[in-house]
Amino acid sequence: MCACLSEKGSLAQVKHVVLVLSGKGGVGKSTITTELALALVHAGKKVGILDVDLCGPSIPRMLSVGKPEVHQCDAGWVPVYADPQQKLAIMSIGFLLEDSDEAVIWRGPKKTALIGQFVSDVAWGELDILLVDTPPGTSDEHLAVLENLRKHRVDGAVLVTTPQAVSTGDVRREITFCKKTAVKILGIVENMSGFVCPHCSECSNVFSKGGGEELAKLTGSVFLGSVPLDPLLTATLEEGRDFLQAFPESSTYTAISQIVNTVLSSLDA
Amino acid sequence: MADVPIDAPEHCPGTSSDQAGKSSACQGCPNQNICASGAAKAPDPAIEEIRQKLTSVNHKILVLSGKGGVGKSTFSAHLSHALASDDSKEVALLDVDICGPSIPKIMGLEGEQVHQSGSGWSPVYVEDNLAVMSIGFLLSSPDDAVIWRGPKKNGMIKQFLRDVDWGELDYLIVDTPPGTSDEHLSIVQYLSSAGIDGAVIITTPQEVSLQDVRKEIRFCIKVKIPIIGVIENMSGFVCPKCKNTSQIFPPTTGGAQRMCEELNLPLLGSVPLDPRIGKSCDEGKSFLNEVPDSPAAVAYENIVQKIRDYCSSHTTSNNPF
Repeated sequence: MCACLSEKGSLAQVKHVVLVLSGKGGVGKSTITTELALALVHAGKKVGILDVDLCGPSIPRMLSVGKPEVHQCDAGWVPVYADPQQKLAIMSIGFLLEDSDEAVIWRGPKKTALIGQFVSDVAWGELDILLVDTPPGTSDEHLAVLENLRKHRVDGAVLVTTPQAVSTGDVRREITFCKKTAVKILGIVENMSGFVCPHCSECSNVFSKGGGEELAKLTGSVFLGSVPLDPLLTATLEEGRDFLQAFPESSTYTAISQIVNTVLSSLDA
Repeated sequence: MADVPIDAPEHCPGTSSDQAGKSSACQGCPNQNICASGAAKAPDPAIEEIRQKLTSVNHKILVLSGKGGVGKSTFSAHLSHALASDDSKEVALLDVDICGPSIPKIMGLEGEQVHQSGSGWSPVYVEDNLAVMSIGFLLSSPDDAVIWRGPKKNGMIKQFLRDVDWGELDYLIVDTPPGTSDEHLSIVQYLSSAGIDGAVIITTPQEVSLQDVRKEIRFCIKVKIPIIGVIENMSGFVCPKCKNTSQIFPPTTGGAQRMCEELNLPLLGSVPLDPRIGKSCDEGKSFLNEVPDSPAAVAYENIVQKIRDYCSSHTTSNNPF
């Protein structure tokens, strides 16, 4: 079954597009994208995830959609659905690789071309929100996404950092990228914000403290909230399970829900 | 020329690309005919220039991952500090993460600038025997973003290798960004004649990390870089209060140990998560000096010794033929 394509292009029925950016690697962009997507689906939204990390696509595993085939229909490539009700559509290079250990060793122009196809040739159909998960940096992938989304509005970007200065240092550059490319910053998420020992409940600031909030103040951005370092979150992502359904009582769940609500309000504003 | 000529249009695919001279961006470019004829795809003369420049470098080590945020820059910095703790050794650290250069901060060199002399660019010295080069030193503000496509990044990497006055070195450590793309291909291409001793691969224990690292290992095999070994970073966290260990990044598929067994690669060591490491990096200090008795510092030193031993027993051929 595939979505109907209107004349205006494959994103014509997508209401909102939000990029998830960082600048720094390994801060939790794919994690936050996955959790935002699941939270939005639980809130009754139709969601898409476009994974443009071509060298290290993490989304398929996090949503337990290992190796489906990507089909074509008249409207273009059919995205892979993470759920039988087809509320969460995904496109990732992870679905196109025969061997998941095979490296995608491409220079910029080839990456740019595939991202162009992902944006323009996937039959996304009707979506309330399309989240775009990106690799770290400010290079080909990021420019390709924005160029191809030019015909369609980009509502803004959620920036993810961890608390320490080595991370916020890179995210400052990503903020400059957003300003230069006229991408509105919806806000900053501080991930891996403290670890509560499951044995004695002592909170350790494994990756320092407070950097996300300071960065938001320094750059005049909205601070969306902090997500703690939670081994249960990491474990459920490893297994491709829905953390929000599994652990609704956790402080991580509360943190993520708050972030989603703030993002939704800024989109509807 | 494996880069973008100065007079090229904005979307120049790079003169060594298959699309050189043929892409729509090439229309109107003064170099279009040269590129389309294939003349620009001749071997880059810089490769030989770099080979000659680096004959004074004994050992070249890449620090790779595939996955972001696993501790490549942290390890590169501390490997450099550890090797340079022997005053008789000359060490240099080259940061080719063009978009996210972390090395200046981690080495306590933020705000430093690079100087030009007759013999090329001078790297920035942390100690008399420890030099560093990063694009971070060429940026005037911590907010400056390097929004460059692949070909321009490649040109920068070429300059770093060819135009920096490295001098005589025992070790050149190259810190890389995550992935298997332009920066990685360029480093391998430009060092193809100069020779690479090997790569150290960094991972964290969880499968989300290992799945990217396996791709990096395939990359190394494909481009024929020897793999010195794998390091598992952030391997368990000991609570400072109750001393219990938690697996914050759980090795759900057996961690680096199983991956190394499956791929027949040496596991150089496992480094536990220690909040003082991140703190040292943020302050630009060496964790090995700040907290030398910590389990993480001991783990690092053991790993560094294995790398020293590997280098002593391997020599690369720096041979143009």
